[in-house]
Amino acid sequence: MLTVDIQKTLTHFELNVDFTVSKDEIIVLFGPSGSGKTTILNCIVGLTKATSGFIQLNNRTLFDAKKVNLPIQQRKIGYLFQDYALFPHLSVWKNIAYGMKTESFAKQLMKELRIDHLADQFPNAISGGEKQRVAIARALATEPDLLLLDEPFSALDDATRERSHEELMRLHKLWEIPVILVTHSHAEAEKLGSRILYLDEGTIR
Amino acid sequence: MSDVNLSPLWLSFQTAAIATVIVFIVGVLLARFLARNEFYGKSIIEAILLLPLVLPPTVVGFGLLYVFGKNGFLGRFLLDYFDFQVVFSWYAVIIAAVVVSFPLMYQSAAAAFKNYDPNIENAAYTMGASKWKVFWTISFPLAWPGLLAGLVLSFARALGEFGATLMLAGYIPNVTDTIPLAIYFAVESGNMEMATFWVVIIVALGFSAILWLNWWSKRNMMRYAERRKSK
Repeated sequence: MLTVDIQKTLTHFELNVDFTVSKDEIIVLFGPSGSGKTTILNCIVGLTKATSGFIQLNNRTLFDAKKVNLPIQQRKIGYLFQDYALFPHLSVWKNIAYGMKTESFAKQLMKELRIDHLADQFPNAISGGEKQRVAIARALATEPDLLLLDEPFSALDDATRERSHEELMRLHKLWEIPVILVTHSHAEAEKLGSRILYLDEGTIR
Repeated sequence: MSDVNLSPLWLSFQTAAIATVIVFIVGVLLARFLARNEFYGKSIIEAILLLPLVLPPTVVGFGLLYVFGKNGFLGRFLLDYFDFQVVFSWYAVIIAAVVVSFPLMYQSAAAAFKNYDPNIENAAYTMGASKWKVFWTISFPLAWPGLLAGLVLSFARALGEFGATLMLAGYIPNVTDTIPLAIYFAVESGNMEMATFWVVIIVALGFSAILWLNWWSKRNMMRYAERRKSK
């Protein structure tokens, strides 16, 4: 269970959001560019700091403006960046092994995501859809308590995107952890979201 | 030419190598820090770091004399409390080389750290990696082509340093006579043969450094090209 109640002053508006995500939910953050979606993810993961408020994950306080600001490394959050941010100088296996908890679980994930045959390849030699699956495997291999996905499907072609949607829903059923998905696409939001939070200039409508 | 004194060659290599090691460590850490942190006055600090690149070496030498000279604030302190004189010493050659070659290292390193997506480092942090682990396993290897280019450039610059060295270290045979100083004083005393000998050596060194550098940067530009194309 994730509880977020944060405020942050941005250049053009005040970000002010308050929501919860339970472990059987995929919450979609939906809204136009520059409405504060990525900023919310960055606050949750610890890349930026909110001005006030608090963030709690499974009874752990990640952030409390008054006293707590847990370092990124200790938050146990998997983050899928928009362009996947794979380590270009490391093989697919080394990417996934970088933060893995156990080797057997990492290998199981690779099988599950059909990327086990790519273990020795480098990120520049695999397709967009494969990169995305490697990034998901890499994030899940750390056995996070929460998964954040920042427009993970925007760079994929239609067919691959369809398949990735199915895969995400299947994975979510398998490893029940709260998921927050940021997207521009209304169809995607409708299809994947247990709930949709419409974001406009920093507030949920 | 058989009785040529090779001391300038060894001295130049020795001082340039030590200066390059210092410049590399400080330059890389500073560039990484400044590339990932925004704060008030950062541009001014960066401008000061790059200043020796555009100033005449004599001005740099003058500044160093002001600091390390017998009446300079640091020079006075070292002389009074440690009985240690910087000017006209081997250390002065290194200090001059460090100051003039630092901007080249810094510039290459700063560009190298800005050349890849910072989210690659952020991804590693989310996976629980410490700052040092991220630096050694992600930042350093990804920036390495640029860092090595900076290393070679600053070594070549340190090897060729003349103006600031002359002002701070003077020309003392076997102590501060680097190749560029040896050339100048050989010409001064009309020993053209000796001057030509050193000129050929330093041109050959500089030429090979640049030749290698071009080859290296061309090779490394292609390294992650596919990744960029697909973005």
